[in-house]
Amino acid sequence: MMLTGKVFKFGDNISTDLIAPGRLLHLRSNLPELARHTLEDADPTFVKRLKKGDFIVAGKNFGLGSSREHAPLIIKMSGVSAILTKSVARIFFRNAINVGLPVLICDTDKVNDGDKLEVDLKKGEITDLTNKTKLYVNPMPDIMLRILEEGGLIPYIKKHKSFDIR
Amino acid sequence: MGKTLAEKILSAKSDTDVCAGNIVVVPLDLVFVQDSTGPLTLRQLNESNLNTIHNPKRTILFLDHSAPSPAKELSNDHIFLRSFAKEKGAILSEIGEGVCHQIVAESFARPEDIIVGADSHTVTAGALAAFATGMGSTDIAVAMALGQTWLRVPETIRVIVHGRFAKGIYAKDLILHLIGRIGADGATYKALEFGGETVATMTMSERLTIANMAVEAGAKVGLFPSDSTTQRYLEDQGRGEQYIALAPDPDATYESTTEIYATELEPTISQPHTVDNVAPVKEVAGIHIDQVFIGTCTNGRLDDIRIAAGILKGRKRHSHTRLIVAPASQKVLLRALAEGHIATLVESGATIVPPGCAACLGVHQGVLGDGERCLSTSNRNFKGRMGNPAAFIYLASPATAAATAIHGEITDPREFL
Repeated sequence: MMLTGKVFKFGDNISTDLIAPGRLLHLRSNLPELARHTLEDADPTFVKRLKKGDFIVAGKNFGLGSSREHAPLIIKMSGVSAILTKSVARIFFRNAINVGLPVLICDTDKVNDGDKLEVDLKKGEITDLTNKTKLYVNPMPDIMLRILEEGGLIPYIKKHKSFDIR
Repeated sequence: MGKTLAEKILSAKSDTDVCAGNIVVVPLDLVFVQDSTGPLTLRQLNESNLNTIHNPKRTILFLDHSAPSPAKELSNDHIFLRSFAKEKGAILSEIGEGVCHQIVAESFARPEDIIVGADSHTVTAGALAAFATGMGSTDIAVAMALGQTWLRVPETIRVIVHGRFAKGIYAKDLILHLIGRIGADGATYKALEFGGETVATMTMSERLTIANMAVEAGAKVGLFPSDSTTQRYLEDQGRGEQYIALAPDPDATYESTTEIYATELEPTISQPHTVDNVAPVKEVAGIHIDQVFIGTCTNGRLDDIRIAAGILKGRKRHSHTRLIVAPASQKVLLRALAEGHIATLVESGATIVPPGCAACLGVHQGVLGDGERCLSTSNRNFKGRMGNPAAFIYLASPATAAATAIHGEITDPREFL
């Protein structure tokens, strides 16, 4: 699948408290409302400026902190098609894949805010159309790739009934 | 070939000989959610069409993050969790019973268990040599239904601690020092395994503090051996028969080894807005603090309250500094009452709030105002963590917290010891 969109660049250590803060805990059973506040404490205009299909591009350790799956879920609901990051926190990584939000590990230093990207998920190829460079994506474990290909863990389990790690 | 603690537990439970890098499917000994992640877990479970619970007697729903509830939406989430527990026969831990990780340690975790919880600080039970790790709602929904999950066997960083803590130095100082040294992503996807003579003499309370914060270095688990300390702790909780000894093999393969000399540690503090932004307390002493918070799954145990009360006895909090204390569980509260610590704290000007997560996550019981600074014994100081992105959070030991409450500014606790 080919994804295209614009880059919203963030720095290192974007925590789940910045993505979906505790002060909005009362909205966790109202995800469409919570999604209107996605990453608000890191960039108050993020949701307003984002167009469906755009990318979050970050430095290292994206999604550190709490296990709240609401974080990747509202990023996906707000229209982000994939997260490109130098490294990702463990729980956030599993959660993102489980809700069908691709997280691609790559060297994001040369990608700038506002760049236009083309991402070939199948081939794992990222092209920065603005500065005409290609990025190499670190492969994810097979099991995660298969869960992502099914669209997340719920569709995966509906189909396979259990974990198939062969 | 020798095995690390992580490899030993995952080999035993998957009934295969595994080493770091392998992917395994393992049966689960305990699965839990809390009130901020539970409702999504139950909705995902419903969505998956797997409407059964594999083992209700080892499935727990904790009401601790917003407890008692401060908002009608959260009260409705509580209704949802209570009715699910009743319908499925799962265990419900009501408001006021305590923080999930403390109750798991007191009443459920056993050496060699595999425990998954919809909360990142599930790693706390690693103090009892349980392979305990946090996951999100969907993973936990599937774990509840199938009684199993998939895991990558982690590489292990061995942390060897030498020597005794000097006066005024605690487990919290050690783990903050370690996180400062290796960074907030220094152990991502990996196991931290603690050993050495200091670890052998550490109390369970200290081990729980350290294991709790393993995730702040990105770790999947923070593991301690199961030894005589574990046995005594289990006996003290009325679960002595659940003890088994567990230690890594002497010839286990580690990705790396980090050595810490306890004698060289200083009272340590983590500064806003990342946990790895650490400094010796003396370097930031004198910074004005508006609120001191003592509690949480990191430092809300009896030992922590005893240390804080010891410093505050006969003294008062500074008039411009609020002091909030949340015992980690009902058991802790009852023992602290019996030992007189709660009276001491109240006399010093503390506000006691119910056992639970309290002010830690920014939903109630101590939300910070604009520009305010809090010194907390909790585990996270991310921007916005305590309910306000315009506030500043410092993390330190209960002793540093108590000393800071007295002077109203960041204070090295050794002047009171």
